[in-house]
Amino acid sequence: MTPQIALPILIPLFAGALSLVCWRSRTMQRLIAVGGTAGLLITSCWLLMTVNREGIQVMQVGGWSAPFGISLVADLLGAIMVVLTGVIGLAVALFSLASIGRGHQDYGYFPLMHLLLAGVAGAFLTGDIFNLYVWFEVMLVASFALLILGSEKPQMEGAIKYVTLNLVSSVLFLVAVGLLYGMVGTLNMADIARRLASLEDTGMVDVLAMMFMVAFGIKAAAFPLFFWLPASYHTPPVAVSALFAGLLTKVGVYALFRVFTLIFHHSPGYTHEILQWGAALTMLSGVLGAAAQFEFRRILSFHIVSQIGYMILGLALFTPLAILGGVFYIVHHIIVKTNLFLISGIVQRLRGSYRLEALGGVYRDHPWLAVLFLVSALSLAGMPPLSGFFAKFIVIRAGLEAEAYGVTAIALLVGLLTLYSMTKIWNEAFWKAPPDDEADRVPPRQVGQRELWLMGAPVVGLAICTLVIGLQPDALYALAEASAAQLLAPERYIEAVLGTPGGGV
Amino acid sequence: MESLMAVSIGVLFATAIYMMLRRSIVKLVIGLMLLSNAANLLIFTTAGMRRGAPPLVPEGLGAPTSAVADPLPQALVLTAIVIAFGVLSFAVVLVRRAWEVVRADDLDQMKDTDT
Repeated sequence: MTPQIALPILIPLFAGALSLVCWRSRTMQRLIAVGGTAGLLITSCWLLMTVNREGIQVMQVGGWSAPFGISLVADLLGAIMVVLTGVIGLAVALFSLASIGRGHQDYGYFPLMHLLLAGVAGAFLTGDIFNLYVWFEVMLVASFALLILGSEKPQMEGAIKYVTLNLVSSVLFLVAVGLLYGMVGTLNMADIARRLASLEDTGMVDVLAMMFMVAFGIKAAAFPLFFWLPASYHTPPVAVSALFAGLLTKVGVYALFRVFTLIFHHSPGYTHEILQWGAALTMLSGVLGAAAQFEFRRILSFHIVSQIGYMILGLALFTPLAILGGVFYIVHHIIVKTNLFLISGIVQRLRGSYRLEALGGVYRDHPWLAVLFLVSALSLAGMPPLSGFFAKFIVIRAGLEAEAYGVTAIALLVGLLTLYSMTKIWNEAFWKAPPDDEADRVPPRQVGQRELWLMGAPVVGLAICTLVIGLQPDALYALAEASAAQLLAPERYIEAVLGTPGGGV
Repeated sequence: MESLMAVSIGVLFATAIYMMLRRSIVKLVIGLMLLSNAANLLIFTTAGMRRGAPPLVPEGLGAPTSAVADPLPQALVLTAIVIAFGVLSFAVVLVRRAWEVVRADDLDQMKDTDT
């Protein structure tokens, strides 16, 4: 029995329930927020160490043996993702202590944050496809409520698009699960993989693969299904944006990785070819969208889309090196992107605006913030020796080795354009003098030292993570390599869950 | 029976998509409701329809003696109904709040955040 598989789900659920009980006490809710996310981080690290040492961990919930009950499965990819959930959860919880207003805290910001983390962790750890749907919904409901916290006009407009497209995606997912059950008569992912392998009729399997691809593609914000993301991610309070940017789309990417390595890997010439061109267009459209924007968070939102393309490219190339690159990229991206959103929040707090033309002179007044931004921004663009360089390098090298030259060229070009967007933010917000025009200038707000420390600490922490990954990539490389090996050998997953060697039924 | 179900699921999906393509956000929510119902009916149908064969195990035996209806899809549909109910009630409240804030029932007047 391995309790550490269930703990990353139970701790946020419990913390969320506890902060609901302490609805009236703001101090208690804040303490629980930090304690709960720290607990999540610690248990998830424990889980990752166990998985790394002893291989895939499985827990049959309620003692029902697979495939009849629900299995919780932690392989390396899942465990890595849960650790990242803990890291981002803790960083955002600390940041929200200072940045989330009292009004939002009174409307249940912290319980919803815990619920969201529970949904995300559950999605990473479940081994049952219908259970995955349920965790998606847990996550979605929490994210809906977080998105409209404050009920301002842009939030409402963004939320309608976000809710509609995510619900359509959920329905597609549900329909695909139903059809899959009709074909193979099981919901356990390992069992599905085993039974599909012995199925004759692959035409219907391709149809199902495409349905899953579209459903998860909407969640992951892949081309041409990403339009809900730039319409909504810049509207909520910045801590919420950072949480969403770090985790939500990556759940979609994780689901794509899981489903297209474990279940639908029979005809990579068809499905993975589509994924590959989807990835290329995702990269390109995201980065071009960002080039047209002049608002801090909107630029960052479009860059989420373009970065998703790199991860999916890693999956689509489907070689050990490419999958390794995809996993490495996910880790790098979650840390860096959350950090950039948090920095945009600090800048907004200091200057009162996200619009680039109203900003300026941050470097002169707060050089430390400018350095932190530079570390994350250059890492996003892929400058050595930061984490983004290695992530891009591995994916592009995998592309060259797989002789997918067109896609690789696009990936290189997108890297350059990312640098263009980041220099645009740097020039406008940090380097140029503050605007003289009275109409444009927003009076600088007084920010207390304590607040600044609370908001600065997670940003510094995440920037250090980026630097450490960049300077010492070996550890993460080895971990990503092992997880890629696991993903490309689905029979090990099947054997761990079902307890019998994969292959025939 | 299956063909009747198939046709009605198809009609439900088509109606849902038609409603969602309208500009009114109230119609959008109605479309979402129809969509989730269509999905539920589809799960119910794909698992196979069988009349008068409850999944009961006779006393003293370990397994049912003849083919029985599969109870699992019904459990799935039940879960999906509950989830859809929660999510759609959120959507209804959202539409109401959006109307209060934006003062419009028209998606064309809600595109400030798009560009």
